[in-house]
Amino acid sequence: MAEAHPVGFQWVMEAKRRGAKVFHVDPRFTRTSAVADAYLPIRAGTDIALLGGVVRYILDNELDFREYVVAYTNAATIVSEEFSDTEDGDGFFSGFDPETGTYVQDSWQYEGHEGSSGSGHTAQERDSAAGLTHESHGAQVGGQTRRDETLQHPRCVYQILKRHFARYTPEMVERVCGISQEKFLELARAWTENSGRDRTGMLVYSVGWTQHSVGVQYIRTGAIIQLLLGNMGRPGGGVMALRGHASIQGSTDIPTLFNLLPGYLPMPHHAEHPTLDEWVDSIRHPGQKGFWGNARSFAASLLKAYWGDAATPENDFCYGYLPRMTGDHGTYQQVLNMIDGKIKGYFLLGQNPAVGSAHGRAQRLGMANLDWLVVRDLFMIESATFWQNGPEVATGEIVPEECRTEVFFLPAASHVEKEGTFTQTQRLLQWREKAVEPPGDARSELWFFYHLGRKLREKLADSPLPRDRALLDLTWDYPTHGPQAEPSAEAVLREINGYDVTTGRPLSGFAEARADGSTAIGCWIYTGVYADGVNQAARRKSRHEQDWVAAEWGWAWPANRRILYNRASADPDGNPWSERKRYVWWDAEKSEWTGYDVPDFEKTKPPSYRPAPGASGTEGIAGDDPFVMQGDGKGWLYAPSGVLDGPLPTHYEPVESPVRNPLYGQQANPTRKMYAHPVNSVNPSPPQEHGQVFPYVFTVSRLTEHHTAGAMSRTVSPLAELQPEMFVEVSPDLAAEVGLTHLGWAHLVSGRAVIEAKVLVTDRLTPLRVDGRIIHQVWLPYHFGFEGLVTGDSANDLFGISLDPNVLIQESKVGTCDVRPGRRPTGPALLDLVADYQRRAGITPGQHAPAVTTDDEGKEHGAS
Amino acid sequence: MGVRSWFEGWPVYRQLTGTDPLGRGAAAKSDGSRALTARTDTADSVARSVCPYCAVGCGQRVFVKDGQVSQIEGDPDSPISRGRLCPKGSASKSLVTSPLRQTTVRYRRPYSTQWEGLELDTALDMIADRILAAREQTWEDVDTQGRPLNRTLGISSLGGATLDNEENYLIKKLFTAMGALQIENQARI
Ligand code: SF4
Repeated sequence: MAEAHPVGFQWVMEAKRRGAKVFHVDPRFTRTSAVADAYLPIRAGTDIALLGGVVRYILDNELDFREYVVAYTNAATIVSEEFSDTEDGDGFFSGFDPETGTYVQDSWQYEGHEGSSGSGHTAQERDSAAGLTHESHGAQVGGQTRRDETLQHPRCVYQILKRHFARYTPEMVERVCGISQEKFLELARAWTENSGRDRTGMLVYSVGWTQHSVGVQYIRTGAIIQLLLGNMGRPGGGVMALRGHASIQGSTDIPTLFNLLPGYLPMPHHAEHPTLDEWVDSIRHPGQKGFWGNARSFAASLLKAYWGDAATPENDFCYGYLPRMTGDHGTYQQVLNMIDGKIKGYFLLGQNPAVGSAHGRAQRLGMANLDWLVVRDLFMIESATFWQNGPEVATGEIVPEECRTEVFFLPAASHVEKEGTFTQTQRLLQWREKAVEPPGDARSELWFFYHLGRKLREKLADSPLPRDRALLDLTWDYPTHGPQAEPSAEAVLREINGYDVTTGRPLSGFAEARADGSTAIGCWIYTGVYADGVNQAARRKSRHEQDWVAAEWGWAWPANRRILYNRASADPDGNPWSERKRYVWWDAEKSEWTGYDVPDFEKTKPPSYRPAPGASGTEGIAGDDPFVMQGDGKGWLYAPSGVLDGPLPTHYEPVESPVRNPLYGQQANPTRKMYAHPVNSVNPSPPQEHGQVFPYVFTVSRLTEHHTAGAMSRTVSPLAELQPEMFVEVSPDLAAEVGLTHLGWAHLVSGRAVIEAKVLVTDRLTPLRVDGRIIHQVWLPYHFGFEGLVTGDSANDLFGISLDPNVLIQESKVGTCDVRPGRRPTGPALLDLVADYQRRAGITPGQHAPAVTTDDEGKEHGAS
Repeated sequence: MGVRSWFEGWPVYRQLTGTDPLGRGAAAKSDGSRALTARTDTADSVARSVCPYCAVGCGQRVFVKDGQVSQIEGDPDSPISRGRLCPKGSASKSLVTSPLRQTTVRYRRPYSTQWEGLELDTALDMIADRILAAREQTWEDVDTQGRPLNRTLGISSLGGATLDNEENYLIKKLFTAMGALQIENQARI
């Protein structure tokens, strides 16, 4: 955090000054480790084993915050007797279908709801990264459940959790992660001692955590610990995701993503959602509790914002206009389709996949096989010049005279040359004022897309074709100003906020959304950001003039709420758990919820409220159900649906690992998304042979002085000067083993690529003892490429393409490689070297090893 | 210059007698530095902004002189950053004023070995034509069972995490209306 989010880290130091203990877990010793109370070097890709160890420690010693756990989580809920655990299936839960490599989730359901998993078969959910829709809400689950609040029932979630993690002992943590038992126990002790009525602990991760084939389950494990310890919805608690780009949160909320529409509404699927009713019901799950009961209003209001007068109740608000998904349309599938010649044109908007995405060679070969490419950026980036300066030009794989891609480079406006909002990592929207005009041809994306849309509509004005209706009926009349006819960002923000269609009055909250076409809302979770016609995101009341919650600085979704699920900061009766951790509470006198933050609860629903049997939607939520977006109002220790690779996290080895999974016969995540494409390959891991060809583990991350693919830092002289060269960090032991010299050169080889780097011999890297042998890890920054003031080979070129099944994010934080002294070969000799490694490792590009690695007996247990 | 003012001009004297015993502030000031004014004092205007790099969202004040960015500093009012910026945030002025920034449209023809110039409006027009052609060539009305698809898989897009919410909103809205489904950004990476 001190490296990649330095200014945010001041608050960790502030907490430390007040007595907090800081534990840092990382494969590499960093600036964060330097000031932490304890540093735990970990083998990359084993976090579930470590955190699972903490879960076991909590349960074994009964250190959970029992009152919180019983009232606010699903610990007491009884699960179907058809469910069987990975402990009985050698790494498989019940319901695995080896044919598709996915689970049927019926047996994971709560008792009595076996038929209602709604998932049926999850292969399609995997292709559409359906897990992402749960960023703002839980998955489907029956509202009425059977519970045993003594937590003794053998099939209650609490007992299932206990059995599932029973083997995650301190010895096992040491064996899997390479972390000593002593260090592990220090962490487990501190975490549990610092949680409860009077104290809260926080888990902070950077989003490298998501770049694993089990990324979602990493975060699930963290959430289980924080729920067991009563750290959710309370000040100083929670699971804090540190995201890496100024508005990456915003670009998920208002998604430039294939599977989502604004506000986490799913993009429709051709077979599942042919009609508006089917689409809406798949979101609101009739009969379920919680706020998603209003999904029809959110959906109708979005369509109304898109298609205005053309969208009427009679024509289902133009639902028919929405494009439909049929499968996996993610960025990696797209790149493979580019290589196969299926894609005509590609837009790159402030993104540089030639350096920043996994398998850089595949990215560049894909771009070299387009009809046209539009790059909009501040600088001439690698993704615009691959046809001229890319590594494939040097190897002869791309010949400029033979490369047909037509490239348009359009200069973009910088953050000071346009106005608009970023949503930072805590869901806080902050409006930026424009300082100066953009230079020359540089324009904002707002300008580019508004005028592109205008042109398209002009060209199609007389089109009789049904497919052009969606463009022609689109509301696209934003006011413009200035010499360049810049569209008004405020007008767009107002549409995002939503308004009353008849009066034009901006809405003040999403409760005002209507399903009858009388409201139009661009992104319902942002409703309120323009309440009373005031740009709330532009509020800048000084921190000196308000309390520590700082509710008048910017605006946080939803409803300017700073801590989600903050009803949990009070006990079931509505009183603060303690004076010290007072945050939101029930004011009995006024009969309303009050506190320092906007309460995350219906304002006047008393703690004693109990729903009538069979009540659904918000009425189904009891006065002591804080998790109001969940289908049962509870925090989920156990996820009966919504997570495709299991209701509980399980340690699987990374897709490329030198170690046989010490816990189960199943080696790696059996549900991961794999691509058998000639350009793609996976280095062999046990139980496959030839793993020793790639004996070392490599991991990548950021430097303070650079930013992701380097477009905004390798081009900026002060930053380029501070970190001028690509390098690899190796331990003194590994340097001796391989024959590397400090400040000399090394090259690293995987089944995809070979890259070179300067050597930094340092004890920031610790050789780890894992399962009885020494594992060496090396570390690389992933910022370098061949353009800019400072250049170097790209670390991401080493990775292949394997994805997490829930969100289709690639495993690009851990892989295996060989490390050799000296510089890499150049030209065709480089390709020969990679081919030689592939041959020695038994890799046949385009084929991958079977996902299931258990013996037959294991399969019988788990894989039904 | 009188003896007294000569004496008072001596930094050690000021260090020993003044309010700056460590000699790191007022005591060490020379006549030259005393005459300097901060760029922030002479700015024509100040815009309240946010750092464009990571998602911490540090507050920035952007100072403008004669239509050019003259300085970017941390915003001391921000409850997130309390006036601080890390090396990247501090380099924002160098970012927006970098001589490497492209300010004209560049165009590479198929099979060409070099860039050439192009008018912005011509570029926009050519891109619009290519979008319409890609839709024409790859449009899918319905699936094999006659259910609606309304889409093209011939167009892709990547990017958004560095852009404004308003921009992402228009991008998604326009692409969705043109049937382009394959829209992605860094959040998938
Ligand atoms: S100043 Fe540094 S920590 Fe703050 S937002 Fe910018 S990059 Fe992030």
